Amino acid sequence: MSADSDHFESVAQRAQAVRLALGVFLASETLLFTAILALVVGYRATWPEAFAFGVHHNTKVLGSINTVVLLTSSTSLAVALEMLRTGRRRVATALTLFTAACGVAFLAIKITEYEHHFAEGIYPGGRGAFFVAHPIAGLPAFWTLYFLATGFHGVHVLAGVGAVGYRAIRMPDATEIHRFEATALYWHFVDLVWLFLWPLFYLA
Amino acid sequence: MIVLPDLARHALGLPVEATPTAASVDSLHAAVITTTLVGTACVAAVTFVFVLRYRRTREAPAATPRIVASGFREWLTASAVLALFVGFWAVGYVQYTSIERPPSGTLVVYVTAKQWMWQFTYADGRSSEDVLVVRAGTPFELVMTSRDVIHSFFVPSFRIKQDTIPGRWVTLYVDAAAPGSYPIYCAEFCGVAHSHMLGEVRVLDEADYAVWEREATHDGYAARGREVAASHGCLSCHALDGQKRAGPSFAGLYGSRVPLDDGRVVIADEAYLTHSIVDPLADRVAGYPAMMPSYHGQLSAEETGALLELIRSLRDTLPTQGRVP
Amino acid sequence: MTALPIPPGAAHDERSFWTTATTIKSWLVTTDHKRIGILYFVATTSMLFLGGIFAIIIRLEHLTPGPTIVSAETYNRLFTLHGVIMVWLYMIPSIPAGFGNFLVPLQIGATEVAFPRLNLASFYVYVIGAAVVIGSLFAGGVDTGWTFYAPYSARTPATVLPTLIGIFIVGCSTILGGINFIVTIHTMRLRGLGWMRMPLFTWTIYATSIIQILATPVLGIALTVIGLDHTFDWGLFDPARGGDPVLFQHLFWFYSHPAVYIMILPAMGVVSEVIPTFAHKNPYSYRAIVYSTLGIAFVGFLTWGHHMFVAGISRFDAAAFGLLSMLVAIFSAIKVFTWVGTLFRGSIELAVPLLYVFSFFFLFTFGGMTGVAVATMSLDVHWHDTYFVVAHFHFIMVGATFTAFLSAIHYWFPKVTGRLYARKPALVGWALVTLGFLVTFTPQFLLGNGGMPRRYYDDPVGFSVLHVISTMGSWLLTLGMFVVLGVIVHGVARGAKAGPNPWHSRSFEWRTASPPPKRNFVGPIDFNIGAYAYDVADEP
Repeated sequence: MSADSDHFESVAQRAQAVRLALGVFLASETLLFTAILALVVGYRATWPEAFAFGVHHNTKVLGSINTVVLLTSSTSLAVALEMLRTGRRRVATALTLFTAACGVAFLAIKITEYEHHFAEGIYPGGRGAFFVAHPIAGLPAFWTLYFLATGFHGVHVLAGVGAVGYRAIRMPDATEIHRFEATALYWHFVDLVWLFLWPLFYLA
Repeated sequence: MIVLPDLARHALGLPVEATPTAASVDSLHAAVITTTLVGTACVAAVTFVFVLRYRRTREAPAATPRIVASGFREWLTASAVLALFVGFWAVGYVQYTSIERPPSGTLVVYVTAKQWMWQFTYADGRSSEDVLVVRAGTPFELVMTSRDVIHSFFVPSFRIKQDTIPGRWVTLYVDAAAPGSYPIYCAEFCGVAHSHMLGEVRVLDEADYAVWEREATHDGYAARGREVAASHGCLSCHALDGQKRAGPSFAGLYGSRVPLDDGRVVIADEAYLTHSIVDPLADRVAGYPAMMPSYHGQLSAEETGALLELIRSLRDTLPTQGRVP
Repeated sequence: MTALPIPPGAAHDERSFWTTATTIKSWLVTTDHKRIGILYFVATTSMLFLGGIFAIIIRLEHLTPGPTIVSAETYNRLFTLHGVIMVWLYMIPSIPAGFGNFLVPLQIGATEVAFPRLNLASFYVYVIGAAVVIGSLFAGGVDTGWTFYAPYSARTPATVLPTLIGIFIVGCSTILGGINFIVTIHTMRLRGLGWMRMPLFTWTIYATSIIQILATPVLGIALTVIGLDHTFDWGLFDPARGGDPVLFQHLFWFYSHPAVYIMILPAMGVVSEVIPTFAHKNPYSYRAIVYSTLGIAFVGFLTWGHHMFVAGISRFDAAAFGLLSMLVAIFSAIKVFTWVGTLFRGSIELAVPLLYVFSFFFLFTFGGMTGVAVATMSLDVHWHDTYFVVAHFHFIMVGATFTAFLSAIHYWFPKVTGRLYARKPALVGWALVTLGFLVTFTPQFLLGNGGMPRRYYDDPVGFSVLHVISTMGSWLLTLGMFVVLGVIVHGVARGAKAGPNPWHSRSFEWRTASPPPKRNFVGPIDFNIGAYAYDVADEP
């Protein structure tokens, strides 16, 4: 055990600590997104027509492609973990890089969506030609919340791309596999958050 | 009900009890503060006794007995204390809800709070700034909103307070007040002149109030509402005499049970009416087409209040069941 | 017979943690939890004095009803920043990050926290956040009150964004610290130390950390939206764009009510250590204190609406929040009874830390019961946003938490410094602080009863006498604080040497040298003798 971890009595104890730390961190992040979702659900209940209208005008195809991208990336990362466990490091590295690439793709598609919204005159705060053309009560709230929620999520995806990319470069060995598990868990969490945002902003 | 003697009221720094509600609230206050003082005194006394009795002396024992509380005693104490607190909560709840529910036939005053003044508009159409005039012994209802940020209408002598919120109307019921002049404070921080947003409730006895009433020169706030309804096109779809047009008639609407197109039934109160002005397609009355435009952002608070007063003034008008007048 | 466990990483170096390295750099890049605790202590206590300066000026302004020494604009910024600094830069981090960092590993037989480098990083994140908040003073300061209610916070001409960013950063520090403590307590208890044998102070740090990691993110979102609304006019709480200002209050108080339990639970942990030590007696019910602590942490998340009784919430919501608020009060009542019961048949030594605890009993019981009073809905209609509420929360935050903080300083003084403070001047400090507090805040209950609203620059007619008394109390309280500061400084510089355990406490941190060596312990620890085993003749 190295000097910076000799306060642990074993590697197993350190692994347990890392896993628990990530679990606690994700609990905290869950509350972060719950707060955003509370705003979304609250305003949706007050302005059902505006939200239906907003959903109808959202970039459904791109948003759904993004869902597929994220689900694929989570799958590839899960398989990468299994590859790492069974010692197939090369495959694991390739799959991990692929996951990071999916994350980049997600962000690129998201930016495309934002460009599309701006082109239609949809800006946060209810500014833009779209709102002049459709003066529906509560419509600004829908779009502003959309930017808030996808913005926060996007920041988390970006951080995830960094973490996953770093993992791909510094693939841990069998005794340190908990580090990979931690990164994977974070990425799955980010995916899970999107699975809440996607129906609220793109479907019904 | 415990009646708080004047001496106790002065000792606690409480203002006069200008309404029956204030007196009830003070009774509960007396019970709670007494419990607080007694509880604190008991804790202090027992601690003091233990410290004296079990003071560490020179022949300090090397060990003390290991004493653990009996679970039963703990549960019993906790339950007793909880029961007491729940008792306070129950009485408090009853009193709290009583200030929301005005009996019918109550005098109404519309209150608009704005940085940094209070505007009061009466049913007869006149308005006053910072001074609210009402008749002694008559309950009245405040229908309140704010023009800009959250303020809070607070009359210590009545023991009432209600935040005024921009974009919403809230109601507060004040029961019969004794004649006198009572300060109004704004109780929600609202900017640099928050502490200057003062007002006065002037409660006049019968005679003085009659004099004040006679000085009214306006046709009435409801008449103002009719002006607003005409100029904004409301009357083309909403008749005042019970006729069913593209929209429901205002006659008999206020306070009635309204069936909605999704099967629910709601009461047409201030909240429903103002929401329908702003988002007409949300809770649409059953049997009417979805064509009312939204007036979001087009009406001032004063105009909306006038429309409300118009609709209220027609609440006892029986619909004419489709007969042309 | 199995050998007694030795904490992993324990070394044979018996030198005190103060002397193993003495350069400034060794302090700035330390990963020693004890040094980090001291760094936090110094930083947070400095923030206490800064927030205190604002309080003094606020009270001076109330010496006369009209303008006295500052303008209305300045006054509004002063009370806002007093609240922001006291809540986020002092009250929340002080006991957990200062005392918690120092003591928790010692109390569980560990040589470090789970993630020492993360611990250091958390400290620097705190420092950066605090610097941004203080820097925002120079940008003009905020005037919205520490509660940032919309829509005013979105419209105020004051600069809001720097302060919000600073608070957000400090929040990150809180979350990182919370994660570290939770993992440490779960995974690094020495073999033989089950959960129900842990010292009670560590239990409160555990519960506090859970609240911190769950509640703080919600504050982050609430403040981010205010920042966006104010800076970029996002209008999420603007009624003209469909926003609901009351929704902000729900989000804000969902965090801020549990936050007050972050501020009181560690203080209660201190009380739970000081009483058994100086009464030389086991706690009247260890279980009751543990379950009450967890009860407060859990139920505390369900009561936030009692800040909104007049904000326009429904009758049903108000009733539910009111009832749950009564329930959470019971847990505190159980603790008070248990603490008083611990004195029964003890052998009580009137040391300064215990005197502070007695002040705590009185002020916390009274303050807590006024909490039950404001949770009574019809009464709160009168008291909400008046000085009654100000008095209530200062009774808890100053009368209880700050008093417990001073108790902790005196109690663990020998453990940290290896010296004893001078008793007589410490007694004077205690008396001045307790008396000064009472004179400052008791009149404020009466001000509130009379209807004096809070956050008022100009006082309406009829409230002057009480304001003047309160202001004079603030001078007495300040004097007391400086006396205590003097006692600490003098004790550090010239205090008599203390042995490892001058109080003859059974708790685990006292089973090693005072000050402890860098790796906390040099030999095995016997947890079979419990932390409250005062029925055993000699200390282990």
